[in-house]
Amino acid sequence: MLYREAGQFKTTYGADQAIFPIPQDRWVVYAVIALAFVAVPSVANEYWLQAILIPALVFTLAAIGLNLLTGYCGQLSLGTGGFMACGAYATYKLSTAFPEMNILIVFLLSGIPAAAVGCLFGIPSLRIKGFYLAVATLAAQFFLVWLFNRVEWFYNYNPSGTITAPPRTMGGFMVTGPEATAEARYLVALGFVALFALLAKNLMRGRVGRAWMAIRDMDIAAEIIGIRPLTTKLAAFAVSSYVCGVAGALYFAIYLGSVETAAFDISVSFLVLFMVIIGGLGSILGSILGAFFITVVPILLTNVPEALGLPIGVALAKQLENIVFGAMIVFFLIVEPHGLARLWQIAKEKLRRWPFPY
Amino acid sequence: MKRTGKLALGVLTAAAIAVGGVAAEKAAAADEEIFIPLTVYRTGPYAPNGIPIANGWRDYLKLLNARDGGINGVKIAYEECETRYDTKLGVECYEKLKNKGAKGAVVFNPLSTGISYQLIPKARVDEIPLHTMGYGRTAAADGSVFKWTFNFPATYWSQAAAFIRHIGNVEGGLENLDGKHIGLIYHNSPYGKEPIPTLETLSEQHGYELTTYPVDHPGQEQSATWLQIRRDRPDWLIMWGWGVMNQVAIKEAINIRYPMDHFIGVWWAGSEQDVEPAGAAAKGYKAGNFNGVGTDFAVLDDIVEHVYGGDMEAAKEEGLGTVLYNRGVANMLYDTEAIRTAMGKYGDKALSGKEVRWGLENLELTEARLEELGATGLVLPTRISCANHEGEGQIFVQQWDGEQWSKVTDWLEPFHDVVRPKVEAAAKTYAEENGLPVRDCSQEG
Repeated sequence: MLYREAGQFKTTYGADQAIFPIPQDRWVVYAVIALAFVAVPSVANEYWLQAILIPALVFTLAAIGLNLLTGYCGQLSLGTGGFMACGAYATYKLSTAFPEMNILIVFLLSGIPAAAVGCLFGIPSLRIKGFYLAVATLAAQFFLVWLFNRVEWFYNYNPSGTITAPPRTMGGFMVTGPEATAEARYLVALGFVALFALLAKNLMRGRVGRAWMAIRDMDIAAEIIGIRPLTTKLAAFAVSSYVCGVAGALYFAIYLGSVETAAFDISVSFLVLFMVIIGGLGSILGSILGAFFITVVPILLTNVPEALGLPIGVALAKQLENIVFGAMIVFFLIVEPHGLARLWQIAKEKLRRWPFPY
Repeated sequence: MKRTGKLALGVLTAAAIAVGGVAAEKAAAADEEIFIPLTVYRTGPYAPNGIPIANGWRDYLKLLNARDGGINGVKIAYEECETRYDTKLGVECYEKLKNKGAKGAVVFNPLSTGISYQLIPKARVDEIPLHTMGYGRTAAADGSVFKWTFNFPATYWSQAAAFIRHIGNVEGGLENLDGKHIGLIYHNSPYGKEPIPTLETLSEQHGYELTTYPVDHPGQEQSATWLQIRRDRPDWLIMWGWGVMNQVAIKEAINIRYPMDHFIGVWWAGSEQDVEPAGAAAKGYKAGNFNGVGTDFAVLDDIVEHVYGGDMEAAKEEGLGTVLYNRGVANMLYDTEAIRTAMGKYGDKALSGKEVRWGLENLELTEARLEELGATGLVLPTRISCANHEGEGQIFVQQWDGEQWSKVTDWLEPFHDVVRPKVEAAAKTYAEENGLPVRDCSQEG
């Protein structure tokens, strides 16, 4: 019903190659974007923006970054936390060294060191695959976190070793620092997610993305048809780490405001990997769904007993949350091992054939 | 199979919407009560330390409500929020609780250095005072810059200085420190690095040699570090540890037969939970503290009577009389006395965070007042001012006798002449970095 495509004709190649060839899809996406940019900041209160939506958006960006590498190019990585730390510390160094530089440019530049480091740690991927590669990228995780803790230059020699985002404006609005409103910070995070989601989607539809997917599906075959593994894999590491670096910059400057290296420990890498797996490998929508699932659902679950008026302590509520959340992950993986994005795709197929789905 | 999936998604969405709606409704229902948010960690890796503190907090507030009907007749509302000692969850709790109650949260106790660092800039904008009791950012002792943050009764730098004073006392005078070798084993995080500048400055003044031994989080694996300590054999060892790191370090110290009475832990490494795994073998181990230990306080008797209905056993189950429980009680005692001080100026009603901040800054706990509260010896008499948010900064050293902690020194004076200029310099740097105004404390009322 909703997906009646009869009578929709495409008269140009451009229309046929559009990201969302079906108009209904396009409208939904436009509506969601409009909702996210206009309705949400005017309706949501500070708790929703600061504690739920901003972290979810930041992790979405990180999940998109990792999905480019793991989902599209098939290179398993556990270094996400480290690459994010690169972005965060680059933001700190750049914004304190060049206070007049626009923070937007700082964020975009912050991804570059992360990309360089990602390339470096991507070199082993030419020789090793799968779990072994995961272990090699684990080295990046531990090394980078150790480095930022050890070398005082990275945190401008302050005795505590914590980096704090200096207050910066963008177009007259405060976007970092404590005075920045939750709305401004939310819009910046949303802007980055929208931009990078669009870029990633287009990258994946083009030659580069197809080369990555060829490597993922069978690297020997890809090599035979003329794809160079060296440049392709390293490009995947570079682009992925760049996006993760920008996510780290936002995590530090937009979401938390001040961080220490512990904020980028191994658990962050795992968390982002789980987002990608639960959301759907090789899907931008999956990255978004996975990140929202993992960041938002636990918070909602924690609030359930209280909202229902159940007189249980916070400790028990937290344990229950862990149990229920764990069960939900198992449930979704059993129902659809290909992730939430695949679940959505199936629902869409059914809607197209409604009322006679098979 | 596919149908169940969709069903689940639907249920989930509905639940999410319901939760959002009900939560909003509840916030509006609070009446004229003082609201104190309690960010606790009763789960997660640090729960053994978090639970007694949270119980101490809760029980003291319960006591005030049950015995006195609140503070000056104004009931206290409180709500716990679980942080798991995780900074991200701490921020979530802060956002959730800051606007609850009649006039919002009146004071936050972040209970974690990481969360404190997050909240210090936010609390200033939201006008809610923070009380980071003996943790957090040391520079906050300078109230002219950190208007909204209080870290009395003592800071890490004062504590480090007090340890050196204690070592000097045991060695027979500070002049005997010359040529001594002091080791610092620390948690490799902002928290663990706190004492280093102070210890370095004092080492220049008193001529001891300082060696630092970092231990990476979480500190379960320390054999390499202790091999090095065994080789270096420092005369004294100071530990800035947290959680499982303490227990492992104490066991390792026993293994290398380090003289335990020359091993001093920070006040977060001096609870029953830290030494009990090693038990009697840890005998002689010392730690800093700023709150009285044991059950010998009238206020604790009142808690047993009014909160537990006279059941001492039940109270002890909840940690009554242990180091961290007593610390929780001391913490709430400070905060509620600050609220009482603020009521003296603004009247006996629900107060805002801004008003309670005034109360914290003008808090004066005299010996007589502590006597009335039944807390003589639980905390020291304290006086806070605009310039000084740390108070006296005095601590004492306690020692583990194999079964319990006992106070073995008098209250030790830190080297104010060394610590205070460093605090002011650090606060100044912070103010410059963040473009904060510096208050002129002679103008404050």
